[in-house]
Amino acid sequence: MTSAGHNFERGRSLLEMMERIRAFEEQACLAAERDQLVLGAIHPSIGQEAVAAGIMHNLKKEDILLSTHRGHGHTLAKGASSLAMMRELLGREGGCCGGKGGSMHIADFDVGMLGANGVVGANITIAAGAAHAIKLLGDNRIVVDIFGDGAINRGPFLEGMNWAVVFKLPILFVCEDNQYSATTRTASMTAGDGAATRAVSLGMRSTTVDGNDVEAIADTAADIAARLRAGGPPEFLHAKTYRRTGHTSFDPATYRPANEATEEEKRSDPIKRQRAILQTAGMSEADTQSLHQSAQKEMIDILKEAANTPFPADATAFNDVQDIGSPAVEAY
Amino acid sequence: MPTLSYRDASLAAIQHSMREDSTVWCVGEDLGRGGVFGQYKGLREEFGEARISDAPISEAAIMGAAFGAAMIGTRPIVEMRFSDFALCATDELVNQIAKARFMFGGQSRAPMVIRKPMGLWRSSAAQHSQSLESWYAHIPGLVVVCPGTPQDNYSMLMAAIACDDPVVYLEHKGIWDLEGDVDFSKKYEFGKAEIRREGSDVTIVSWSNTANLAMEAAEALSNQGVSAEIIDLRSLWPWDKEAVLKSVAKTGHLVVAHESVAVGGFGAEIVATVAEKAGHTLKGPVRRLGAPRSLVSYAPNLEDMLRVTSEMMVTAAQETLKKAS
Ligand SMILES: Cc1ncc(C[n+]2csc(CCOP(=O)(O)OP(=O)(O)O)c2C)c(N)n1
Ligand SMILES: [Mg+2]
Repeated sequence: MTSAGHNFERGRSLLEMMERIRAFEEQACLAAERDQLVLGAIHPSIGQEAVAAGIMHNLKKEDILLSTHRGHGHTLAKGASSLAMMRELLGREGGCCGGKGGSMHIADFDVGMLGANGVVGANITIAAGAAHAIKLLGDNRIVVDIFGDGAINRGPFLEGMNWAVVFKLPILFVCEDNQYSATTRTASMTAGDGAATRAVSLGMRSTTVDGNDVEAIADTAADIAARLRAGGPPEFLHAKTYRRTGHTSFDPATYRPANEATEEEKRSDPIKRQRAILQTAGMSEADTQSLHQSAQKEMIDILKEAANTPFPADATAFNDVQDIGSPAVEAY
Repeated sequence: MPTLSYRDASLAAIQHSMREDSTVWCVGEDLGRGGVFGQYKGLREEFGEARISDAPISEAAIMGAAFGAAMIGTRPIVEMRFSDFALCATDELVNQIAKARFMFGGQSRAPMVIRKPMGLWRSSAAQHSQSLESWYAHIPGLVVVCPGTPQDNYSMLMAAIACDDPVVYLEHKGIWDLEGDVDFSKKYEFGKAEIRREGSDVTIVSWSNTANLAMEAAEALSNQGVSAEIIDLRSLWPWDKEAVLKSVAKTGHLVVAHESVAVGGFGAEIVATVAEKAGHTLKGPVRRLGAPRSLVSYAPNLEDMLRVTSEMMVTAAQETLKKAS
């Protein structure tokens, strides 16, 4: 048995978070396909929830997170409001970013979430800089930067990680490896042994973890966070998981074997695995069901509420560009 | 009032800002030894290596890391060494820094100064000589300035460091040694041009080092009895439409001159604005001077083929005045 028996409450809250993430994204997909309310692309992390839940469990509200286009789970687990997030996906007033960012640019600075990013790999140098500022300001926060397996083939991966090592910054880089880069198997386009080996070559301590085992991820992240808070050097975490949906919610993923995703779900769905662990540790079927039901209810409700929220006022198209030379003043 | 070089004026601005505000810091390659043009000389000794920070040759990381640091409460001054190398950090500047505040619905600010020494610098050839100010003027979210004098390189850098928007700060590397009086108490207001010389016959609009050449042209024109008004725009975004329109209303003749390529240059924006808003007040054809759409050479004679000179401005002024009569 994993540490769930030892720390039942943690295990339960990890499951609860994964249920919420799953339910949020299921509703988001329905909002996109069934309701046609999500006008832009969304990138679901269904099947990858353990990474978000396991890592964020070890972060404080004031710690910093940077994420990717596939970042709903990370953002929710960092503490953002599901309603504000859904409003953002629908481009509505009261969305995390006032409807200006959408799924790919969700940010919630109040919970230290400094943004998803529409440019693969771009968050790596920015996250290093956030950690740099923390060190300059002399405070005790840590930074977590999450990116995909495809991002390790972009230049900022090298530049940002080298930077963090050189300046000894309090940051954890997480490669959330779902094995795909859009419609391409990442391994087919990646030289050498991939993410962890590259991190090690820069002198970084790297840990590889089963990305569908939320207990293992939470344990590992707890250790790493403790080392970073104690002033330790940057670290790397390679979490291997699997992207169960297409690249976007609309992608049927016909480029891979038809049964690959269903086999993977049977073998290692992180939610099913965690339910099994908790039930072995004494969780009742009723409790298991109630976690599931309340997550479902929350997300059905917030989708309804988001859909009933108006679009942002037209004039906000000119707000928050810049103070000096603002288009609100300068528009022709 | 001290007499300072353009370089030392910028040094003083950084020094004064860093003394006042402990969140200001500088980051870039070789800053510890004073920067490649000596524009950080002595700062390491006063402020230490955390605040005058060296960086790996990682332009994307310098720009991106400074941005991350700006979002959580510091005010970085980013040194790109040559504006040409800043192109390695284009995503960070254009897709991240310029857009973050808007995309995140106003949650963030990126108070940073991005120093990009630009311009012709004898025999530096095509990858060390570019002036790309018009690119940046095209990007919503950025403030774009081009100081041309020691006074402006003090006052404008002070203002840029204090500004909560990202400022693309384009110094001209041909004039690091240019000297002039610098009044430390003089404040710069973004978007305000300077009328460097008043005149009544023709308006010459320029910025950066080309404004200095325009002053020479005005002197030559005055010897011929032509009174030229010289407007140093100083800031391209925002830019001082009022000053230009007011001057053109007075003179009825307009010459716009810049060192960068004429095609798609910011001069076109100025001319178009004048045509739209004050076309009826023009008494002669507008002249627009910029580099031919070719590449900067190494050989000095070839390099000079692309230069906009004060003589060319004199000729252009004469032409617009002649065709009027
Ligand atoms: C610089 C850049 N190139 C290409 C894209 C298009 N794109 C968006 S997501 C993606 C795949 C990224 O794969 P990975 O990093 O593994 O993340 P995942 O989508 O698997 O979460 C691509 C190619 C982009 N957004 N940015
Ligand atoms: Mg991937």
